[in-house]
Amino acid sequence: MSQHAEWEAVIGLEVHCQLLTKTKIFSGASTTYGAEPNTQADAVTLGLPGVLPVLNAEALNMAVKFGLAVDAQIAPRCVFARKHYFYPDLPKGYQISQYELPIVAHGHLDIEVGEQVKRIGITRAHLEEDAGKSLHENFSGMTGIDLNRAGTPLIEIVSEPDIRSSVEAVAYLKKLHQLVVFLGVCDGNMQEGSFRCDANVSVRRKGTEKFGTRTETKNINSFRYVEKAIEYEIERQIEVIESGGKIVQETRLFNPDTGETRSMRSKENANDYRYFPDPDLLPVVVTEADVARIRGQMPELPEAMRDRFMSQYGLSKYDAVTLTGERALAAYYEAVVKSSGADAKLCANWVSTDLLGALNKLGKDIATSPISADALAGLLKRIADKTISGKIAKDVFEAMCAGEGDADAIIKAKGLVQITDESAIVKAIEDVMAKNPDNVAAYRGGKDKLFGFFVGQVMKATGGKANPDALNRLLKEKLAG
Amino acid sequence: MNAPHQLSIRELSDGLRGKKFSSRELTQHFLKRIDTLDPQLNSLITVTAARAQRQAEAADARIARGEAGPLTGIPLIQKDIFCTQGVRTSCASQMLDRFIAPYDATIVEKLDAAGMVMLGKANMDEFAMGSSNETSWYGPVCNPWDLSRVPGGSSGGSVAAVAAGLAPVATATDTGGSIRQPAALTNLTGIKPTYGRVSRYGMIAFASSLDQAGVVARSAEDAAVVLQAMSGFDPRDSTSVERPVDDLVTGLNQPIKGLRIGLPKEYFAEGLAPGARACVEAAIKKFEELGAVIKEISLPNSPLSVPTYYVVAPAEASSNLARFDGVRYGHRAEGVKNLEDLYKKSRGEGFGAEVQRRIMIGTYVLSHGYYDAYYLKAQKVRRLIYDDFKRAFAEVDVVLGPTATDVAFKLGSKTDDPVAMYLNDIYTIAANLAGIPAMSLPCGFVDGLPVGLQLMGNYFDEARLLNVAHQYQQATNWHQQSPKGFA
Repeated sequence: MSQHAEWEAVIGLEVHCQLLTKTKIFSGASTTYGAEPNTQADAVTLGLPGVLPVLNAEALNMAVKFGLAVDAQIAPRCVFARKHYFYPDLPKGYQISQYELPIVAHGHLDIEVGEQVKRIGITRAHLEEDAGKSLHENFSGMTGIDLNRAGTPLIEIVSEPDIRSSVEAVAYLKKLHQLVVFLGVCDGNMQEGSFRCDANVSVRRKGTEKFGTRTETKNINSFRYVEKAIEYEIERQIEVIESGGKIVQETRLFNPDTGETRSMRSKENANDYRYFPDPDLLPVVVTEADVARIRGQMPELPEAMRDRFMSQYGLSKYDAVTLTGERALAAYYEAVVKSSGADAKLCANWVSTDLLGALNKLGKDIATSPISADALAGLLKRIADKTISGKIAKDVFEAMCAGEGDADAIIKAKGLVQITDESAIVKAIEDVMAKNPDNVAAYRGGKDKLFGFFVGQVMKATGGKANPDALNRLLKEKLAG
Repeated sequence: MNAPHQLSIRELSDGLRGKKFSSRELTQHFLKRIDTLDPQLNSLITVTAARAQRQAEAADARIARGEAGPLTGIPLIQKDIFCTQGVRTSCASQMLDRFIAPYDATIVEKLDAAGMVMLGKANMDEFAMGSSNETSWYGPVCNPWDLSRVPGGSSGGSVAAVAAGLAPVATATDTGGSIRQPAALTNLTGIKPTYGRVSRYGMIAFASSLDQAGVVARSAEDAAVVLQAMSGFDPRDSTSVERPVDDLVTGLNQPIKGLRIGLPKEYFAEGLAPGARACVEAAIKKFEELGAVIKEISLPNSPLSVPTYYVVAPAEASSNLARFDGVRYGHRAEGVKNLEDLYKKSRGEGFGAEVQRRIMIGTYVLSHGYYDAYYLKAQKVRRLIYDDFKRAFAEVDVVLGPTATDVAFKLGSKTDDPVAMYLNDIYTIAANLAGIPAMSLPCGFVDGLPVGLQLMGNYFDEARLLNVAHQYQQATNWHQQSPKGFA
């Protein structure tokens, strides 16, 4: 964080988000990640002479979905443009992108920083094709080209320079990440590059209107790196200016190993991209009926779902936020509530604490969870009908995680059914009191704290199966004498 | 009976189905003519004899089964701008001298499916940039009417081959006149359909918003039957138009009485050679005799066509040709120091002078700070040219004028003056800028050299153009003349 109280950072983020289409944006080649190099490069991907692009309608749908989710304007007519530069992993010598007329413009996203809600403007989001990859390792002095990724659909989401700190930047990115994953338009996998960020950073003295000269740090692929890169860049810029220097408009690269950014190319060496409308693609017309149809396909968005969880299930904001963090998690939770018939708050505790804790330990996620929503509901049903106590349930849950079967089978096999027969509990209490006359006397003499000792002893004697409510009540009666 | 190279496609098709000759025999006949006559012309870059044999045998089998269509077994030549699977597709450039296309262009698929037999790939101006076929890396093509003269361009190989009877018909492409001007200079009938009527998939792009494939033949009737098979919507080309293809053949015999023909006064102004003018004027008289109504019209923005074209076409070309970088296919320079060196040397060596000139012009007009003044302005002028035609077609059915300013010029006479060369296309470019269909047909000779007449029609009015041309050809015999030495 900046130590320099008189300075203010101005940050705008450009996020490249790969769309979850089955095929590429302008051809029928598959977009699956991780295939053998160049096995997903068809004639169009390779940019062979004579080939032509045809827009993947699903990519357009997804971009519109995103636009609607950030309350943006959907362009009734948008245009693809060619962006020219030479690089071996760019087969045609130009990238098909959008320039003057993007599909999405003038949206916003509200982020929460501490208790404050802040609105971050989204200038635009445009459709474009991804480039391939240059592989510099393992080719002894040569460069390998893998064009599998080339032509994968992207939306580039450009924020307004409304962000003022690395904390806000990360809050914005996380919110955006959650949103695109929720919408089902992006898998959000940052390591595989499905969601990556360029940060435009400048600094100015607080109270000044004019923006300082900005730098653009490219291709940062984790939330933590974004935070570090921005912090480094703010510090660096302030130091340069305070020591009498000037910021140069340039593109920089972040090095995760050192936490530093370094200059990649200056504005003077910047490409002249020579944008012009792609004559191979007609302008794309999106009618109001198209927008209405796509609006009808929109899932419930995270914020709306969070509010509903609070009102419908009586959850705290904290729990509601946790459970709506991912669409799959939210669906899991709702399935547990529905299927178990148990108290919604109890379900929330089990899902957000026990289940997520276990998944975290196992290195799994909701989709690969060893315990299905139905299975967890089966366990919670037994708590609700007092077959087992909450404490015993934890043991059953562990056994379920270990793959020992469903809740009922485990309860039966381990003889964990709760003792609700009060005469049996009374007998156990009387036995314990008979064995510990000194403690009984001490308790009756005013040592209230010994109550816990008796609870523990009775639980031990019953193998933990005594119904806790009944035990408490009966123990109090007996000890009172 | 006439020799096969003197027969129309209908006569050839009848002969095949009537078992007068087989497709194999036809194919042999034309391959032999190529063998003996093409050394004088240089009209072919690649001869595909073995492929032709296979296709001919398949066509004969199809004919024997009674499944033949009107084009089954008919030989043709493909311009070397169309990708042909397993066959070198060079675009007449050193850049693609060793490029074997791994796929077929849509029109190649369509004509193969119709049963046509490809004899080879025609020479052309490099990447279709030229009006004389002198920019080919494989050397210039000679005009069969006078071997010291150009055949026109860029489809110079296609027209020379058909005019010399090396094939009954050839495909061609037209970005600014590349079908019509060479057709005019070699006494052929050539048609460039409406932009979007024929798929561009697999046709190596020069200027995407102007390029359109078509056909050069010895009559309107021959052109109609082949264009019919080439046309149609292609889901692989976003600019192809989803609209049924009109029947181009059935209406050929309709009389043209009452047809309204517009003569744009700008096309008969200064610059048109007197001999060519006389031929076109005689043709106009003939149309009047056929019952057409002649009317003078104005296309006031015509003078802006050439400058507009030489902004738009190079701009798109500079972009389309960026893919030829020596990385994945095509010419790659040896002994390069680094990546930038690889690009510079591969492109510097692989592209000829005219292609480099247009890439530079195109790069310039698209560059930052110049885009509005050139490219954007040119697009606005293009709109004005389109509006000219819209007004014209409210008054007349077809627009008629000369195709070229004069007859074929001498090889080498304009190669040092690019602007003089560019002015060859002064009458043809407007149709590309507007996207309308246009054709050229023979209308006489000046000193033994052919003169072409241009007809332009409204959008998707190919059937009408071909009908008008066919009616003219029923009343004249210019199109039946063949160059001496190639009879």
